[in-house]
Amino acid sequence: MSESIGNEMYTLRINGQDRPVVDAWVGESLLYVLRERLELPGAKGACEQGECGSCTVLMDGDAVCSCLVMAATAVGAEIVTVEGLIEKDPSMAATAEVIASQITDVQQAFITEGGVQCGFCTPGLIVAVHHLLDKNPDPTELQVKESISGNICRCTGYGRIFAAVEAVVQVRKASR
Amino acid sequence: MTVAVPLSLIEAFDELARTPDARLIQGGTDLMVEINFNHVKPVDVIALRRIKELRTWQVNSNNTITIGSGVPYQEMEVGQLKELLPALAEAARTVGSPQIRAAGTLGGNLGTCSPAGDGLPVLFALDAIVHLQSLKSSRDLSIHEFMLGVKRNARHTNEIITGVTVPVLDGWQGYAKVGVRNAMVISVASACLAVDKKNNSVRIALGAVGPTIIRCRDAESWLVQQLDLTSATSIDTTIAQEFGRRVALESKPIDDHRSTAEYRRHAVGVLAQRLITRAYTS
Ligand SMILES: Cc1cc2nc3c(=O)[nH]c(=O)nc-3n(C[C@H](O)[C@H](O)[C@H](O)COP(=O)(O)OP(=O)(O)OC[C@H]3O[C@@H](n4cnc5c(N)ncnc54)[C@H](O)[C@@H]3O)c2cc1C
Repeated sequence: MSESIGNEMYTLRINGQDRPVVDAWVGESLLYVLRERLELPGAKGACEQGECGSCTVLMDGDAVCSCLVMAATAVGAEIVTVEGLIEKDPSMAATAEVIASQITDVQQAFITEGGVQCGFCTPGLIVAVHHLLDKNPDPTELQVKESISGNICRCTGYGRIFAAVEAVVQVRKASR
Repeated sequence: MTVAVPLSLIEAFDELARTPDARLIQGGTDLMVEINFNHVKPVDVIALRRIKELRTWQVNSNNTITIGSGVPYQEMEVGQLKELLPALAEAARTVGSPQIRAAGTLGGNLGTCSPAGDGLPVLFALDAIVHLQSLKSSRDLSIHEFMLGVKRNARHTNEIITGVTVPVLDGWQGYAKVGVRNAMVISVASACLAVDKKNNSVRIALGAVGPTIIRCRDAESWLVQQLDLTSATSIDTTIAQEFGRRVALESKPIDDHRSTAEYRRHAVGVLAQRLITRAYTS
């Protein structure tokens, strides 16, 4: 049945959980709702017009800019944010050591290869790279470049980011 | 404000009857920018993203393809759609970024009707039919009648664009675009060329160089007299150049924040020359 949502409540499916959104203006972007209403500040807001990619999340398996998704229209979609890429053990407190032990191979490679400088674009890039490698475990250089062409980084010059992607590809290959 | 998320076209028309001034939203890549920047504050919104009927495409028995208005660009870049409609695949691949192509659709490109919309020159070159439907009726409009001007089209507010139908042509086709960089760029000038061997014709349509997409009918009929489009395997540089010059003459560009009229006219001439050269390079 058609769902019509006024300024009341709707529920989004985020990182495997049902998350009610209460008392929100229904025209809000998914980015705004994630950050300001659901305490998921991983996706970053910069341009709010789909140019920078720092707000990238997965929606039904596609990498999209959450700033261009009207949150209330995302009911029924499976949304994964950068926070959801980590398999958390809820029994453990979120200390620095625990977080370090839970980060993904892509996140670790970004750290090891120096693909993080100011860090603002990093969450969006991590989501985009996970999305790429899940679909295409052995991408060509051009495919890597194209897949992150919607994620703008002004610090690294991208070289270290490509190195990080390559490192993940090699590690995953070796463990297959 | 209300947001409706219908699961079928029927439900969408019910919503549209209930809230006749509602804005439709498909991928959101145009409309959300307007909303984020407070340029638009819709009272009611009807989201089409969960309507499966709009997210499919099919090859018809009469050698045409119907593409639902909600099919995202990323699906046009690959597989059978790419094989059968290579110009559309090339145009789709130039749109924004992977994130934009995962969300953006032809329905939205047609809804916005910007002369710089990358889907539109392809639809003009292929003489696409736009399918419009309302609660009580439906109509098919030629793309040439659908686009009326800069961000103006012939859609009535009670209609939903359900899709477009284009022919599968026998002959080379391609799309080329000039912008300030490769990724994430709105075109400064663009061109789609399609050879139709069966009818011994060539079609060229220009984007971002006029209030609507421009079909260069004079250049098209001139070229047919210079070249046997069906059997030619190469093209003289002088003919390709002259074709480009004639195409440029038919453009109606303006100066704006993205470029100048002079540059745009020059650019479409070069694009046309390159496209026809690619078409006849064996
Ligand atoms: C960063 C960025 C880069 C971009 N780059 C490009 C580019 O390179 N080339 C390009 O052409 N465009 C580009 N765009 C613009 C946009 O992505 C395209 O115009 C896209 O086709 C819009 O589709 P959508 O489904 O997202 O539209 P929406 O934003 O959902 O809708 C756009 C308009 O169409 C109307 N509409 C949508 N669906 C229907 C329907 N079924 N029936 C009737 N009306 C409808 C809506 O009411 C709205 O007015 C870019 C946008 C962004 C944010």
